[in-house]
Amino acid sequence: MAEPAESVLEVRDLKTVFRTRGGEIHAVNDVSFHLRRGELLGVVGESGSGKSVTMMSLLRLLPMPPAEIRGGQAILNGRDLIAMGDDELRAVRGAKVGFVFQDPMTSLNPVFTLGNQIMEPLIKHLKMSKAQAEARALELLELVGIPGARQRLYQYPHQFSGGMRQRVMIAIALACDPDVLIADEPTTALDVTIQAQILELVKELRQKLGMAIIWITHDLGVIAGIADRVMVMYGGQIVEQAPVRELFANPQHPYTRALLQTIPRITGERETRLKVIEGQPPILTGPLTACPFRARCEYRHDTCDRINPSRRAIDGLPLGQGHDVACHWNAPVAAEAAHA
Amino acid sequence: MLTFTLRRLMLAIPTLLVISLVIFLLVDLAPGSPLSDIPLTVPPDVRQKMIEAMGADQPVFVRYFLWLRQFFWVEPAYLFDSWFGTTWSEGELRILSWQSRSPVFTIIGQRLPQTLTVIGTAYLVGVLIAVPIGIYSAYRQYSWFDQAGTMFAMIGFSVPTFFSGTLLIIIFAVWLGWFPTKYDTQLVVNDWESFLKQVRQMAMPVMTLGLANAAAISRYMRSSMLDNMGMDYVRTARAKGLSERTVVLKHVLRNSLIPVVTVIALGIPAIFGGAIVTENLFGVNGIGAALIGAIQGNDIPMVQTIAFIFAVLIVLFNLIADILYGLLDPRIRYD
Repeated sequence: MAEPAESVLEVRDLKTVFRTRGGEIHAVNDVSFHLRRGELLGVVGESGSGKSVTMMSLLRLLPMPPAEIRGGQAILNGRDLIAMGDDELRAVRGAKVGFVFQDPMTSLNPVFTLGNQIMEPLIKHLKMSKAQAEARALELLELVGIPGARQRLYQYPHQFSGGMRQRVMIAIALACDPDVLIADEPTTALDVTIQAQILELVKELRQKLGMAIIWITHDLGVIAGIADRVMVMYGGQIVEQAPVRELFANPQHPYTRALLQTIPRITGERETRLKVIEGQPPILTGPLTACPFRARCEYRHDTCDRINPSRRAIDGLPLGQGHDVACHWNAPVAAEAAHA
Repeated sequence: MLTFTLRRLMLAIPTLLVISLVIFLLVDLAPGSPLSDIPLTVPPDVRQKMIEAMGADQPVFVRYFLWLRQFFWVEPAYLFDSWFGTTWSEGELRILSWQSRSPVFTIIGQRLPQTLTVIGTAYLVGVLIAVPIGIYSAYRQYSWFDQAGTMFAMIGFSVPTFFSGTLLIIIFAVWLGWFPTKYDTQLVVNDWESFLKQVRQMAMPVMTLGLANAAAISRYMRSSMLDNMGMDYVRTARAKGLSERTVVLKHVLRNSLIPVVTVIALGIPAIFGGAIVTENLFGVNGIGAALIGAIQGNDIPMVQTIAFIFAVLIVLFNLIADILYGLLDPRIRYD
């Protein structure tokens, strides 16, 4: 485990279940990870892999019911978010942890001015007066690079483009100077040039403000550009975790490898067809008793059907510190076997 | 916004002219004679004279244009005279009721206050009950409160006012004796005691109509709240650490009210129309009762005028609803 002093957030064995008519959906299965101060942690996985649900569980932003957090801990600055009462948690949301959501077009309230929406957390958490909050809101809009911030303060969301709205969302999330910023696919709904601008902005803000960031995405290209460390999620659990260069250079899990092969390349032969991962992500109707990826895995063998692999370090470092993977198949050993 | 309002008001003029013609022709086409209440012993030549005296023998378009002139020129001029002491309407004939020979607007002026106090209060009570019920039902969807609210709305929708009204009379007037069975239109409120008396006699008609109004509006409110509760901006508001109270009563409510306010505004003309059944049941001598009496007596000027006033109100409140919509929703601008 990481040194407690350097972790701003430490999540252990988080378990989230959705209770539906058709039975329980086990969306997050014993997820453990940590986030170091000032670090940018990328979380990758396809839709339904549990990446958003994991992060929303931390702040209880899921509709409950049907969602239910079954267990685990999430220690933020020495206090467990999961065990916390609702009022205590509300003092954390927006103040210690900022959240940026996927779709900037619908994430802002259409009937209130942007100034009003940015000032809300300032007045609530920092007990600012209206005038102070307004001055700070102006500062924030300038910080996230919105031109003509003074007039913009009194405008409504529909008067902004998608990229500008996402900048505003970031301004709201950063309003109270949080320790952690969770960005849930913040660039997915934006077109590529705007996406690049937002990424630049986040990099810049990180340098200036030094908060830790959890960046959820399904775009490995984005991750390669900004993350320090990457977690790959599948079937509601972490299947691989490594520093970003290590992960791209030496992917261990068959799913990570497959994901990397789905990225189109500009160089090389044009003739080769883009790889796809055949099949569907699993529907998690019960606790995992086998590897969730086995149905789509080319290295499947009988152990995979019986035992859900647990995470193991491949470089001898403690779990979470270096490179770890949850797979029965052993890539280096297999490579040697192939050579022999 | 001003341009929009002016344009809509200009458009309302041809609309209302067409409506007035349609109403006039419909009333004219309806079977029956203004003399059907006159005893058969009255000789035919006298009857003929009576019809001529009322102008009912004139061709329909002549009567229509005369009515238009009376409605749009004589009546406003008369009103102006009575306020400022001018003499513009002197010598002009006002719209007269065939039944009572008194000016239609005088009758409306006598009847409307009854309707507005009773039916208007019922509408207000209905809205004040419905909005909180709708909000809380949506916030706690499928809770026992929501189920009870659904039940309440179903009863309000499906039980006709003549039944619920009669039931209230039996329980509260006959068995318990709390309220009078009949509404006293002569009551003048000038002190505390007469005010209490007025409240007591209004209680049952207000409850009867309030239930029906609240039923509909609470359903609108609930579904509008539910629509908004699942929106992304609600999650954003929660992620900012706002209290549930602020999230629901500021962020969600403000958005949910937009369609509901429109529905409420569009329902207001119905107040003026009165609730004919309820007015009859409790003996409230309002505008609904006046309209029914006029229809039964073939009192064409009266029916025509009241029906047209309703049309004006409906057009007017449609416009008000549109303007409110624009004021509440910043995305809508009519420029």
